[in-house]
Amino acid sequence: MKKIKDVAELEGLRQSLHAAHDPQQPVARVCLGPGCLALGAEKVSQAFKSALKKSKANFKVQPLIKTTGCQGLCSQGTLVNLSPADLLYVRVKPEDVPEIVETSLVKGQVLERLLYSENGTKYKSAAEIPFYRAQQKVILKNVGVIDPLDINDAIRCGAYQSLAKALMDLSPAEVIKTVELSGLRGRGGGGFPTAYKWRRAVENARQNPGPVYLIANGEEGDPGAFMDRAIMEGDPHAVIEGMLIGGYALGAHQGFLYVRHEYPIAIHHLSVAVQQARALGLLGKNILGSGFAFDLQLNRGAGAYVCGEETAIIASLEGRVGEPVMRPPYPVEQGLWGRPTVINNVETWANVPHIIRMGAEGYANLGVPPSTGTKIFSLVGKVKNSGLVEVPMGISLGTLVEEIGGGVPGQKGFKAVQTGGPSGGIVPYEFKDVTAEAAEKKTLSVDFDSMAKTGSTMGGGGMIVMDEHDCVVDLARYFLRFLEEESCGKCLPCRLGLKGMLEFLNQFAKGQGTPQDLDALESLGQAVADGSLCGLGKRAPNPVLTSIRYFRDEYLAHIVDHKCPAGVCKDLISFRIDPKICDGCGLCAKHCPEACISGKKKKLFTINEAACIRCGVCRDVCPLDAVRVV
Amino acid sequence: MSAKKKTDGLIDFTINGQRVQAKEGWSILETARHHHIPIPTLCYHPAVHPWGSCRLCVVEIRENGQSNVTASCLAKPTAGMEVLTQSERVENVRRWVLEMLLAECPASQEIKDLAAGYGVTSTRFAIPDPLEDCLKCGRCVAVCHEVVGVRALTFGSRGVKKKLETPYRIPNNMCIGCGCCVSVCPTGALQARLDTVRGDIARRTGHSFAH
Repeated sequence: MKKIKDVAELEGLRQSLHAAHDPQQPVARVCLGPGCLALGAEKVSQAFKSALKKSKANFKVQPLIKTTGCQGLCSQGTLVNLSPADLLYVRVKPEDVPEIVETSLVKGQVLERLLYSENGTKYKSAAEIPFYRAQQKVILKNVGVIDPLDINDAIRCGAYQSLAKALMDLSPAEVIKTVELSGLRGRGGGGFPTAYKWRRAVENARQNPGPVYLIANGEEGDPGAFMDRAIMEGDPHAVIEGMLIGGYALGAHQGFLYVRHEYPIAIHHLSVAVQQARALGLLGKNILGSGFAFDLQLNRGAGAYVCGEETAIIASLEGRVGEPVMRPPYPVEQGLWGRPTVINNVETWANVPHIIRMGAEGYANLGVPPSTGTKIFSLVGKVKNSGLVEVPMGISLGTLVEEIGGGVPGQKGFKAVQTGGPSGGIVPYEFKDVTAEAAEKKTLSVDFDSMAKTGSTMGGGGMIVMDEHDCVVDLARYFLRFLEEESCGKCLPCRLGLKGMLEFLNQFAKGQGTPQDLDALESLGQAVADGSLCGLGKRAPNPVLTSIRYFRDEYLAHIVDHKCPAGVCKDLISFRIDPKICDGCGLCAKHCPEACISGKKKKLFTINEAACIRCGVCRDVCPLDAVRVV
Repeated sequence: MSAKKKTDGLIDFTINGQRVQAKEGWSILETARHHHIPIPTLCYHPAVHPWGSCRLCVVEIRENGQSNVTASCLAKPTAGMEVLTQSERVENVRRWVLEMLLAECPASQEIKDLAAGYGVTSTRFAIPDPLEDCLKCGRCVAVCHEVVGVRALTFGSRGVKKKLETPYRIPNNMCIGCGCCVSVCPTGALQARLDTVRGDIARRTGHSFAH
């Protein structure tokens, strides 16, 4: 690759790539996002390549098979998007591929059976699918579209244009001013104004001359969250470009990509992207002839959830144990090796090029001030269309879950949403006493401040939808167990407090304890939140405290009535087969791991409750829904 | 006199309503001790850098209309700050920490006495080991590194499994047998376990001392 010497050459390269690109060329984009990969997308992409080789058709333009990052609709994987028609094929298996090639790529026809359908409608264009229609893709514009391993594909789609604009037309102070006016706030969950952080670092570096460091926090560890992963895997150049612009604004020459060790694909894609950018002279000395020098180093996370805490990242990068230390001093005062350091989340960095491209005002028009822009969420749990979504801030929770997510599957009701991962909270769908405007609409606006008012947080963007068969006590236990495991153990309120809170919850799940214990648990939660050293411990009680706040009755049902209304807590439920419904197929008896279901074919089957371990397999396999929780 | 006035590098602020002055660099805890205002601690030791693990020294800080609970051994005062050492939020943290410590270190008389001072005499939590008295406060690790200048002791594992160990869990030659770790231990826990932590010195040297 030849180095790009100035902006004109970058624009020249982009135009020549654009000219070489035939908009009529058939392109099959195979999603290699985490969800699709798990469903065998790798085999689908290989099948495409071999089917194309075997195909004897005469193409006017040879079709292109592209592997991309996450296309969003994870529950329907493997996804294949065909352009130029913008056809989305869902649940594609390797054996479907020869047919797709023959029908769609060769003849240009639609293969009806692989189209996405909802409520009887088959959608022939991806953009019309309700899941995509209500979204607004800014940060994810190129994710799922470009080949993340090819910098030319990214440049053709506009990568590094904002860098050129910043280097040529704006002074570093103007870049910071633009970010400030855009209202960008930290996407890692805290919602701290990004420009304020940057300005503090610049001031500290001025008082105490020396290097400034940048860090991209890609240690995304929340269960059920994959927003940063999608960006790093699908459009790594957005992160690099954002950090380059940040480096220019802050006078920094070195940045670090701190990526979770458990994200090998993100690490691979980022390292390829960094190498390619370096080869093109977009990283290194004298970038685009401006005299600005900046380089990036990729670091793998130290394998602990707490390493996403910013002081722990610094400790980890310096080679120490990834344990948080007290702030202040904040990293912008004394960070990496004692120097001012700006740590932003991957998604925050990826926002920066778009702010420069759209201008502060254009960006601030998105969302609801003071929460501007869009936010990426990973919508998971009891929702039909689970996947990766990007929406403007201020969207209602109802739109997010019911319109984009397609609502809760089956007959069960939508109960609550757990937002912000283990540090977030449980927000009931129907809540009346939280905010005035939300009370009127009975819906919640999804932005930093409205979410904080509910006692939960927006967090990184994980959204776990719960239905009536999910027990809040069980969910709170799940998150506490996760955090107890992930606590670094340095300070006592976190190390012992989370264990203690879990002891209370374990009792409740068995139907033991008293209502006074519930008050004690709230008081202990407050002590853990007040007493802990870092953000992990300070926010760890949130799932428990918010669930007690909104679902106290459900807790009391466990404690006083010894019942789990959702039918989850094993010590409080038992399974029975409804004699009116059971037709004696025997599937339950076949699958029961304890062999405690007996009966004769075509006659009623019964469960031996003494031997039953309440695993629920019988309920899951029963075709007639005859197994009831009592 | 304005509370925010700064004179001769001294910082004026209040603790429990009492006007106090801190020298530049002093923590809130050091200032309180200088003025004979009691704040309980377990992990703090003047010989080493504050570590902030026991959280008994938490205080409530009211400043610019905001209230915040933080560890006084690490927090530095600023002019005009209001510090409360016995507010309800503070006492709530201390009572819970002490109750949990009664379960974690049931063998320690020091912790029992400290807890009794806050009215905590029994614990609701499960006792994993009735003979345990180490609270993993980190004093011994810090003194070994910062004062003695070696790293014969360290913490292994994380979270509830956190344990006092030698690096890589193997007996090492770094221990010079000075006993500083034993002398700073707030509960005397190291007295009994020194040989298990650092390995049997006699096996290494052929006699019962380190060199």
